[in-house]
Amino acid sequence: MGAYLEQSLGWQNGFIFVLSAVILLAIVLGFVTYSIYFQRKILGWMQLRIGPNRVGPFGLLQTVADVLKLLLKEDIIPKAADKPLFILAPVLAFMPAFAVLAVMPFTESLHFADLGVGLLYYIAISGITVLGVVTGGWASNNKWALIGAMRSAAQMISYEIPLVLSVVGVILMTGSLNLIDIVEKQKEMGMWFFIPQFLGFVIFIIAQLAELSRTPFDLTEAESELISGYHVEYSGFRWAFFMLAEYVYIFAMASLTTVLFLGGWLPPFEFLGFIPGIVWFAIKFCAIVFFIFWLQATFPRMRVDQLMQMGWKVLLPLALVNILITAVLKTVL
Amino acid sequence: MATVYMNNYLIVAIFLFLGILLPVGALTLARFLRPSNPTEEKRKTYESGVEPVGSSWVQFNVKYYIFALLFVVFDVETVFLYPWAVAYDSLGLFALVEMVIFIVLLVIGLIYAWKKKVLEWN
Repeated sequence: MGAYLEQSLGWQNGFIFVLSAVILLAIVLGFVTYSIYFQRKILGWMQLRIGPNRVGPFGLLQTVADVLKLLLKEDIIPKAADKPLFILAPVLAFMPAFAVLAVMPFTESLHFADLGVGLLYYIAISGITVLGVVTGGWASNNKWALIGAMRSAAQMISYEIPLVLSVVGVILMTGSLNLIDIVEKQKEMGMWFFIPQFLGFVIFIIAQLAELSRTPFDLTEAESELISGYHVEYSGFRWAFFMLAEYVYIFAMASLTTVLFLGGWLPPFEFLGFIPGIVWFAIKFCAIVFFIFWLQATFPRMRVDQLMQMGWKVLLPLALVNILITAVLKTVL
Repeated sequence: MATVYMNNYLIVAIFLFLGILLPVGALTLARFLRPSNPTEEKRKTYESGVEPVGSSWVQFNVKYYIFALLFVVFDVETVFLYPWAVAYDSLGLFALVEMVIFIVLLVIGLIYAWKKKVLEWN
């Protein structure tokens, strides 16, 4: 990819850029299909159930069938809804989830845009998702949807602060926002950042769960009280795009955690270097995705007041302390 | 150098474009496949089977607005922290002291909000 980036733009490398982006999109959609399948399987096994096993061998085609069903479902737009915004919201929710992947490096050679401001780009673009959620909730003109959207927005913006502050430690240690440089630095130090930046790592993991609205922070869905929150009026494929955005975000967040804290494509020991980097990346990535699903079977849902207090009174001060400790240690050592 | 720069942002543009194209394309395709039979009852706002009363476009709890304000304050702080962190190596002790003062000022703001019970959620 690096070689193509250095050529001046022509039909050939322009075509390769588009093709590679389309291939990544296909991979991401494949990931979403099977992560939903594995989520249901894992949850099933953890609760001594079997999980989906009817459609196709071992139930492997279950999600495919679900998607086809959603495609054929009638699309209902409530009469009271604000139609243009109602149609815009799923697009607004999905677009940033995929666009953040433009800066994600998977190995040294397999990466897309090699931006100097990579991490900043990721954080800036991922902020747009909140807009999609609020737009969807507001445009529905439904009381449940409005409460759900407001809660979602409050949760997302409250946890975005610790999330973006927790990575400042990593930036301090690297001196760059480029995601490839961050991994190279970990190679140079011979240590993945989750060891020297342990506090930052813990804050990042907690805040990312809240950003993704996964258990124990899945208050935005809260089936039992909010009848699934901001997308209650959505049906068929429009609803599918909200769900899709959620799972594409899991892909993006797991990749980002791997790159920032778990050494990206680096092997854990030097002598294991013969195994290609993409395999290491995939192993770490899958471990994080499994961890996210695992929590769903383990934790109860938090209360909304506990959630907000934890974000502002615990994680935010801790993130600031982490920055100061890192900066002081860097000057002293 | 300029080519690399241009090409990088071209890829970003391609990703943004694809991110919009997929939902638009899929929903357009679905339009030809799905049935469309809107009835008066179907298009009613869902409220657990009860007839909805009034609109939901109402004045909402001010609590959320205060959190949004706090968010803006700390998000702007982050905007300053990022370049500081990138350039920290070349700036040295002076930058550290400056940033400690900056963070302390904001922490005072946070403590004020805390004492004013803005961070409580009832």
